[in-house]
Amino acid sequence: MNLAEGVQTISFALLALMMIGAALGVVLLDNIVYSAFLLGGVFISISGLYLLLNADFVSAAQILIYVGAVNVLILFAIMLVNKREDFSPVPRRWIRKGGAALVSVGLFALLGTMVVQTPWVIPANLPATTSTLIILGEHFFSDYLLPFELASVLLLMALVGAVVLARREYVLDDEASVGEMPQLPLQLPERPKEPVALSGTSAPSR
Amino acid sequence: MNSGIDLQQSVIEILSNLGLPPGVAKLVWLPLPMVLMLVTAVLGVFTGVWLERKISAAAQQRIGPEYIGPLGILAPAADGLKLLFKEDITPGNADAVLFTIGPALVVIPVFLSYLVVPFGQNMLISDLSIGVFLWIALSSIAPIGLLMSGYASNNKYSLLGGLRAAAQSISYEIPLALAVLAVVMMSNSLSTIDIVNQQSGYGILGWNVWRQPVGLLLFWIAALAECERLPFDLPEAEEEIVAGYQTEYSGMKFALFYIGSYVNLVLSALFVAILYFGGWGFPVPLEQVASLLGVSETNAVFQVVMAAIGIVTTLLKAYFFIFLAILLRWTVPRVRIDQLLDLGWKFLLPVGLANLLLTAGLKLTFPFAFGG
Repeated sequence: MNLAEGVQTISFALLALMMIGAALGVVLLDNIVYSAFLLGGVFISISGLYLLLNADFVSAAQILIYVGAVNVLILFAIMLVNKREDFSPVPRRWIRKGGAALVSVGLFALLGTMVVQTPWVIPANLPATTSTLIILGEHFFSDYLLPFELASVLLLMALVGAVVLARREYVLDDEASVGEMPQLPLQLPERPKEPVALSGTSAPSR
Repeated sequence: MNSGIDLQQSVIEILSNLGLPPGVAKLVWLPLPMVLMLVTAVLGVFTGVWLERKISAAAQQRIGPEYIGPLGILAPAADGLKLLFKEDITPGNADAVLFTIGPALVVIPVFLSYLVVPFGQNMLISDLSIGVFLWIALSSIAPIGLLMSGYASNNKYSLLGGLRAAAQSISYEIPLALAVLAVVMMSNSLSTIDIVNQQSGYGILGWNVWRQPVGLLLFWIAALAECERLPFDLPEAEEEIVAGYQTEYSGMKFALFYIGSYVNLVLSALFVAILYFGGWGFPVPLEQVASLLGVSETNAVFQVVMAAIGIVTTLLKAYFFIFLAILLRWTVPRVRIDQLLDLGWKFLLPVGLANLLLTAGLKLTFPFAFGG
């Protein structure tokens, strides 16, 4: 075993330990803020594993998207809604727990059989990849074109949804008396949001 | 293309000649560039702090630090000593663990980003193929540290500051990335070395400023916002929220934030120099001048001189932008939080997209000038 292999083995062990530990922490800790921060640890460990697999671009993208965007948004949401609440125990909680356990065990069995059945033999004379970026790009625009475009449509839908949720319509008092500048109130009254299904056929009051 | 000086090769050869096996020689070499870069970064902080004091003083017609060393050069060292001896306080009911991890999480990614900062053809720690993208990815970790320290301080001003910092850095990351993407599109590579090489050859005329003026403005505004420098220092806004997420920190933990902010400023200035001002390239194409004078490219003295000029040029360009940032601090008033977010999402983002589209069009139309 030379230097590079030793470093790889030790890094893999450390990253795996970090990832499993952090993931257990996410699930088991009571404090939701700790869980959210540990989730960031899980994502960073995963990006380290990608790095060990020579997928440098995927690893950086993992950090950028999952740590920099997803995890920050989760933390944001938690901290804006920092409500300390004692949750009352739900009756028949064992049903939920049992269901969750069933799903988890099933998923684990599925992934386990996949890992066991896949032939992991690497062909010996694999050409060394110079830039993973170029190969990724070629795949995106040839055989993975449809998933790539579908993902972009999904993101567009999310974007439109966010705009719809964030848009506010202000009700302005447009009946200013003659000769006066129309006074804008300091706080703009907001038009109440009514779901379309509830408001029925009657037109809005204005 | 002549590779210039390769320090790694030379050091390993020297060590091997001294009788060390090649593996051990490589092991001895490994930490050297990292330590050198750390020292460079810390010296950059010292210079930055000193410049900040001197230029602020000049902007306000004061003298600034004068007696601590010649021209007050040792003022940053005095700052550091003071912070080192201060009591390390953890406020009551604060979350001690998160309170300690927070500053470290802010500083570490900034130092890691120095991995890809080149000062010459072979003068960087690692020429990664993802280059600038690594910097963008790493800079997105910092908001987590800010949120963590804001939350753990058990102080409403800290929490507000942390939330503001996170909101600011995730909204300005997008125009930053779009500006970088336009440059990357022209050089066909994310590697910082390739980006600089694409600009070399014609001296000052080949630099990306002329091809990406809008991109430069976008990048500079977004970089200032990422560094939380004054038109955009809302997370700290003294008049509104005491000192934001730093309110409860003292001693070395505060020093980590302080160092982190200046290292980040130096890093951003270095990246402006690399992406838009030709990195280590001199305004006059020195290689051509040398070949006109009949100096061979493999001449050892020529190579050493070129390397030295490269390092000095990079630093000079970077420090020009640090100067600009400090001057901006005393010229421009702070924006409001809604103005900040409006500027980021409603102005910089569309401009960035338009710039990207324009670059793509120009690249297709004039492949010789825009890197076909």
